[in-house]
Amino acid sequence: MLAYIGRRLLSGAITIWFIATATFAGMHMVPGDPLLNDKAVTPEIRANLEKVYGLDKPVLQQYVIYLGNMARGDFGISFTQQNRSVNDIIAEHFPVSATLGLLALLFAALGGITWGAITALYRDQMPDFVIMFFVIVFVSVPSFVFAAIGQLAILQVNDWLGFSLLPVAGWGTLAHMLVPAMVLGLGTMAYLTRLMRSSMLEVADADYIRTARAKGLTPGRIFFRHQLRNAILPVVTVLGPSIASITTGGFVVELVFAIPGLGRYFIQAVQQLDYTVIMGTTVFYGAFLVLMVIAVDILYGFIDPRIQVSRAVS
Amino acid sequence: MNNYLPSPADFLPLTTRDSADRLERPSMSYWQDVWQRLQHNRRALTSLFIVVALLLFTTIGPLVWQADPAQQDLEQISQAPNLGLRALVVDDFPEVRELAAGPVSPAQRLPPEKLLAPANLRVLGTAHSEGVHLAWDQVPGASGYQLYRHELNPSGPDDLGLPLITLRGTSLSYRDRLGLQTIEYYYSVAALSQRRQSPNYRTLAVTVGQAIRLSEASYRGLLASADSSYIGSHVQLEIHPLGTDYLGRDMLARLMWGARTSLFIGIVAPLIYVAFGLMYGGLAGYSGGHTDNFLMRFADFVIALPFLLFMILFKIAFGLGPGESGIGPMLIALVLLSWPATARLVRGQVLQIREEPYIAAARLMGASAPYLVLRHMLPNLMSVLLVSLTFAIPTAIFTEAFLSFIGMGVVPPTPSWGSMCNDGIRTMLSHPHELVFPALFISVTVLAFNLLGDGLRDAMDARMRGDS
Repeated sequence: MLAYIGRRLLSGAITIWFIATATFAGMHMVPGDPLLNDKAVTPEIRANLEKVYGLDKPVLQQYVIYLGNMARGDFGISFTQQNRSVNDIIAEHFPVSATLGLLALLFAALGGITWGAITALYRDQMPDFVIMFFVIVFVSVPSFVFAAIGQLAILQVNDWLGFSLLPVAGWGTLAHMLVPAMVLGLGTMAYLTRLMRSSMLEVADADYIRTARAKGLTPGRIFFRHQLRNAILPVVTVLGPSIASITTGGFVVELVFAIPGLGRYFIQAVQQLDYTVIMGTTVFYGAFLVLMVIAVDILYGFIDPRIQVSRAVS
Repeated sequence: MNNYLPSPADFLPLTTRDSADRLERPSMSYWQDVWQRLQHNRRALTSLFIVVALLLFTTIGPLVWQADPAQQDLEQISQAPNLGLRALVVDDFPEVRELAAGPVSPAQRLPPEKLLAPANLRVLGTAHSEGVHLAWDQVPGASGYQLYRHELNPSGPDDLGLPLITLRGTSLSYRDRLGLQTIEYYYSVAALSQRRQSPNYRTLAVTVGQAIRLSEASYRGLLASADSSYIGSHVQLEIHPLGTDYLGRDMLARLMWGARTSLFIGIVAPLIYVAFGLMYGGLAGYSGGHTDNFLMRFADFVIALPFLLFMILFKIAFGLGPGESGIGPMLIALVLLSWPATARLVRGQVLQIREEPYIAAARLMGASAPYLVLRHMLPNLMSVLLVSLTFAIPTAIFTEAFLSFIGMGVVPPTPSWGSMCNDGIRTMLSHPHELVFPALFISVTVLAFNLLGDGLRDAMDARMRGDS
């Protein structure tokens, strides 16, 4: 197990290096001048600024310095807000995105497992058709439409109640998070529902279910104890990649609901060509996703003993 | 019991037959079988029709509906779907009769609380979108008037709406031309004195009719000439079957041209990256060993890149010259980031097919490598490729819509469904059609491709072959 974790972490580190290199290469291909702004800059100031950001050195040397800084976790200073370091910006905005994403993931996982189990239980009956219809709708409608509908719904409910039950936009309390998290989790929930359904139906034909039935266990016990617990396993595997789609999908929700998350900040940084913020955010997100996928894989090894053995052998 | 009478024919010698009775269906190729089973899947078939209809909509549509998607019809901004409005032709420079009262000496002025509400608030001429001419009677003791316009019925003196103008002096009329729409407005007038406003006001509900200036009508070809004898007559304005957007551009034309952007990126990008993934994955799977290991390790790295962040990064990295629409950079970014999934899939399939007995048999018979690949491997990969292509299309359409929505996609005025949604979401409450139509088109397209992909996968599943 330890060797497995070690190997995964090593390949993760190489992946993060690749992400950092791709980001560096991408940023140096971007046309435009990050130091160019409305204020006239004298050549002396410009030279000083270039020195501060290390832009006066050859590209290869910049790359080495950049990698060294990244390895130490230092993402540099923002180009547009020159009194703020990128680490500060990430520290301020990432917890917001992470909270929202975690809540969305929780909503998606619980919803997906519940709805998937129900559709499998009522296979080819009314509940199955209704839920699968909504699954198809949630997969096919873009998230910004749901964000708009969600906001409209809050407005209508508040209007109907006569007082403000939920805030329409902004950030702060749990009330602010509920609807954005639901909107953010919808697509993933639909995907997980589909996965859970097929997984439940596959398990339903397994030998141990037949054995359990032959032993005379109650249907409830078979369903919860044998079928559900085994069917959840594949859902856990896709949770890692789901974190990726949820955290980056947060851009739209953060934009529509005016949430001060990292996604919204990233878009702003791109529009202002804030090199260090773009590079720092991308590498940070990339590293975060890689570590999440590894964490889920390792977790999976603990949940399902069979996986651990077969992986350790290979 | 058996009263069978033998006939002479029974005593003729039997003829020999070449073969036994044939008990088989006409042989059917794999693709015929797939097509037949797809036809039985009603959902998939409907989706196929929708996809074909969408392609016709965007290719033939602009030829039939020749409205210019960039033409701004300023008379009809944010107009709901309609089949043509009639507009009153009005003079470009109407004669404005300014009403005025005699001068009021400072001694005659009253404190604002004692001023009455202006009487006889009325519209001079007709109220139309080129101007609403209001007039009212003089209020004794007033030194001026304050005019307001509201879209709702005012509830009190603090809720009179948009302050239009403060008239100081003797003027008793005002011509409002400020961004008039063809709705009902509530105009309120209150008298002023000592620089303060009287709490007494008069409100008039005015329904604004559609109008068009004479020169504009003749310029747009709605009238034969700019002859002033047309003033007062009605003309038929341009028809906008799906309404107009916030700049007065025709929604139907924009949807058709937007479909070109969205479907172009949605179909061409997956075509390119599925083809590239096929070559890459095929090479890796066919070569095996260290080459395979190296190639697939690289593909793993590309998969690990955070997709949307790099989409945005690459899109700006590939730059944007003046006058470009931004479709090219988006296409390149999409291809660069999406190919590894197909490569992985193809590699897995190739590894499997490589071990099949028919490949070994072909090798024994001396088949060359190109023959093996083209004749045996590629046809067996086709079904997997086609299914992954149909599922790749909705993802690409979503990506384009998402990028255009956050303002990182196509550049105005190039329409795309995503950018139209972005425009529409701002006026969602007052003009829902501007969001509903593009969102509906995205959803229906994605839904159709998803269901078609499901149907194709079922139809091509070898395990289900034979049962219909």
